[in-house]
Amino acid sequence: MTEMVKLTAKDFATDQEVRWCPGCGDYAVLKAVQRTLPELGVDPAKTVFVSGIGCSSRFPYYMETYGFHTIHGRAPAIATGVKLANPDLDVWIITGDGDALSIGGNHTMHILRRNLDCQILLFNNEIYGLTKGQYSPTSRVGTRSPSTPFGSVDRPVSPSAFALGSGARFVARGIDVHKNLPAVLKAAHGHKGASFVEIYQNCIVYNDDVFAPFTAKENNGRQLWLEAGQPMLFEGGTKGIALDRQHLCLKVVDVVDGDWQTAEVIVHEPHNRGVAHMLVEMPLGGEWPVALGVLYEDPAPTFESAIVEQSRALSEGKTPDLQKLVAKGQTWQVEKEPHTL
Amino acid sequence: MATATHLLTPEEANADIVPEAVVVRFAGDSGDGMQLTGGQFTLSTALAGNDLATFPDFPAEIRAPQGTTFGVSAFQINFGSAAIETAGDAPDVLVAMNPAALKVNVADLKPGGLIIVDEGEFGARNLAKAGYDTNPLEDDSLGKWQVVPFNISQLTLESVKPFGLGNKEALRCKNMWTLGLALWMFDRDRAPIENWLKTKFAKAPELAEANIAALNAGHAFGETVEIGQPLKQHHLDPAPAVPGLYRTVTGAEALSLGLVAGAQLAGLPMFFGGYPITPASAILHHLSRYKEYGVTTFQAEDEIAAIAASIGASFAGSLGVTSSSGPGIALKTEAMGLAIMTELPLVIVNSQRGGPSTGLPTKTEQSDLYQAVYGRNGDAPMPVIAARSPADAFDCAIEACRIAVQYMTPVMLLTDGYIANAAEPWRVPDMSGYAPFPVAFVEEAPEDGFKPYARDNKLARPWARPGTPGLLHRIGGIEKQLDTGNIEYSPDNHQAMTDIRAQKVLGIADGCPEQVVEQGEAGAKLAIVGWGSTYGPIAQAVRRARGRGQDVAHVHLRHIWPLASGLGDLLRSFGKVIVPEMNTGQLKTLLRDQFLVDCQPLNKVSGQPFKIAEIEAAIEEALA
Repeated sequence: MTEMVKLTAKDFATDQEVRWCPGCGDYAVLKAVQRTLPELGVDPAKTVFVSGIGCSSRFPYYMETYGFHTIHGRAPAIATGVKLANPDLDVWIITGDGDALSIGGNHTMHILRRNLDCQILLFNNEIYGLTKGQYSPTSRVGTRSPSTPFGSVDRPVSPSAFALGSGARFVARGIDVHKNLPAVLKAAHGHKGASFVEIYQNCIVYNDDVFAPFTAKENNGRQLWLEAGQPMLFEGGTKGIALDRQHLCLKVVDVVDGDWQTAEVIVHEPHNRGVAHMLVEMPLGGEWPVALGVLYEDPAPTFESAIVEQSRALSEGKTPDLQKLVAKGQTWQVEKEPHTL
Repeated sequence: MATATHLLTPEEANADIVPEAVVVRFAGDSGDGMQLTGGQFTLSTALAGNDLATFPDFPAEIRAPQGTTFGVSAFQINFGSAAIETAGDAPDVLVAMNPAALKVNVADLKPGGLIIVDEGEFGARNLAKAGYDTNPLEDDSLGKWQVVPFNISQLTLESVKPFGLGNKEALRCKNMWTLGLALWMFDRDRAPIENWLKTKFAKAPELAEANIAALNAGHAFGETVEIGQPLKQHHLDPAPAVPGLYRTVTGAEALSLGLVAGAQLAGLPMFFGGYPITPASAILHHLSRYKEYGVTTFQAEDEIAAIAASIGASFAGSLGVTSSSGPGIALKTEAMGLAIMTELPLVIVNSQRGGPSTGLPTKTEQSDLYQAVYGRNGDAPMPVIAARSPADAFDCAIEACRIAVQYMTPVMLLTDGYIANAAEPWRVPDMSGYAPFPVAFVEEAPEDGFKPYARDNKLARPWARPGTPGLLHRIGGIEKQLDTGNIEYSPDNHQAMTDIRAQKVLGIADGCPEQVVEQGEAGAKLAIVGWGSTYGPIAQAVRRARGRGQDVAHVHLRHIWPLASGLGDLLRSFGKVIVPEMNTGQLKTLLRDQFLVDCQPLNKVSGQPFKIAEIEAAIEEALA
């Protein structure tokens, strides 16, 4: 496309009626994405949203781009085919905690280790919403739900820890209604490779306020917004994250009068994989904050570019010739006439 | 089996037994290289101009414990100077590299047949492992056959001595010694095998030389040893064949080439998503080498991802293809429903094997017909076609691609383990004789706006690629509104969409030829109706019966769903209908259901192909 007219959020909205529950966090994410895309200057015709199954997976129907609402858990696999068939497309995957980490855990792992160039937005609400409220693989122990009336007993998975463990080269976190979400989305889009974004998304019907311990206004001091080159501070700069050198783990330290250097607060270096592992393993609750923003970024060659390059190298100087192809191998000529019937 | 290439004289057609045909079975330990020996013997047979059909039969274990009966690997070839259509009912010659190979295979041998054994392997330990109490070479248990024992191990070791190989490596040349002897027996040229060995061992020339020495030694042994009658040289004249350029081809290879050709005829890049599974992996292996033909292969993390990625690629404008065997096809089922709902072209290849569950991974069966035709949730119609032979797999693959892109639908292409692995001579097709079916993507919206689920005269919807301005749209597995493709749950709409999906698939029959009769005529007293790899034994059995004057016809189906036009009337014209299948009667059920014809089943589920004699017996009984 040549010089494009400046698009707005409206240009990325379809004529379809949005069918999420009133007050659902999905609305906020949809708005954030629709607002961010024009700012990124993307071409809607070259943009594809691929989703699995679940509340969040209706997302593509509301985006005025190309879209594919697929089957439960398989969005990463479908997206892989889309991107390999046409690497020029800008591919976004919309998924949820059940979709990406239960039924589709395998595909999530493999798209991350292969490092397909795409953005993966995982809407984590710690519940199965569309099937009416069963506990999910990210639900905390003791979650009461229709399928666990006496409380769930199995330990949850941490999406970001899973992503990092699978070999992701970009791991970020955001909150559905937080003003920083567009910045996180932009960073994800700017990263070449599989960008994994965990979005804490409130399910107002089945799991309301499950993230309130760090998202509620009175608790927002618990948000540790990471920025490259900046100290890891929270609670209005009065607390920070430092390294417990004796036990080789993170600790929360008090910062007096903004003197984070004395408190030995760690400066965020997004490419530091070791620290990223510790950040995603920080426990929820107690004195701990929740790490948000870009936790880890260290680009590596992408899957589709390697495939394209190998194909190019192997095809170079070769002209496809079907007749030659079918006659490959050892052949022999039969000259004589056949018997006739 | 090369029915497409060989025309018959009336004498041949009427002959009770195919003249001048020999069935040889090579059998040994999984590690003895019997499949290689068989493959190279096949090549030399083809180059000698004989018609042939092969049957590789190997265990599911890669290297089962040496010397055991369950580790026996065999390769059977039927070749001759007339048309050959099966790998042969019973071998004339059995080459057994150890006691276990003898034990497992000897009962199949024709009375009076020739057994060549490596007596060097008949020590107490190997005899015990094979479960022999006494040495069969020394008692009279092999009395009805002619046994020619040589110490092949010893002879091989001597022949490769100059190359200084270790004992184990030297013994690996046994199969080439044996091949050399077999080449002598059938008066074959060694040069192509020598060339092949030089290429295969290009990086280890001493191994190439040692193997060639063993090959020559085996050949020289046949020439000089004066053993007399049982081991004598045969010469089989070339089989009559339509003039042209020939090569040998396995089903997996022909099918892969057909897919490449199909994509090229459609003018599309091909995306192949696969996951390793026996016996389908060979297709993934072949296609991964054709990058210059616009083929992208993707070894996915599982069967589901393999089909899902292929669907994604089709959405993006490639021809998506995926392949597996029964258990993997089961895993892909939900995604097939998505391809049906989103009406995207897709070819799904099922190389059927013995089932259910893991079943018999390396054995053949055609028991996935129900799975192909009926095996999905919801009313999910999908065209199904079946290849009858390795060479036919080429044309069937092209046909599957054509149907997929012209009707915007997933297509199931059935083949089986037997076809996939078997080799036959193949007249290299003239590609200029294949009509292209170029895909026309929608490039701009019509005046009244783009409707992703509008219909053409085939009821196919338009194919618009992401990246095309003005055609932005969303598809998915939720029921679609007529024309617009928007989400729509209303009762009338679901009824209408279900009807359209069914009508579209049924309409495929209108674009295909009417059902033909292979042999005999409509109205015969008896018809043998088959599909897939039973073609060879049915064709031969019917030919022999007709030679005896029996009024029997052979009908063979390529189109399993929708069935070819005219099939119902044709079936109703016969006095009796027998449907031989390597399952418990699946096509029989389908035909009874569609046409209310009293088709009688003839079933075999032993993991082995039908013998001609088994079908002949059924013909005899039905006409008695």
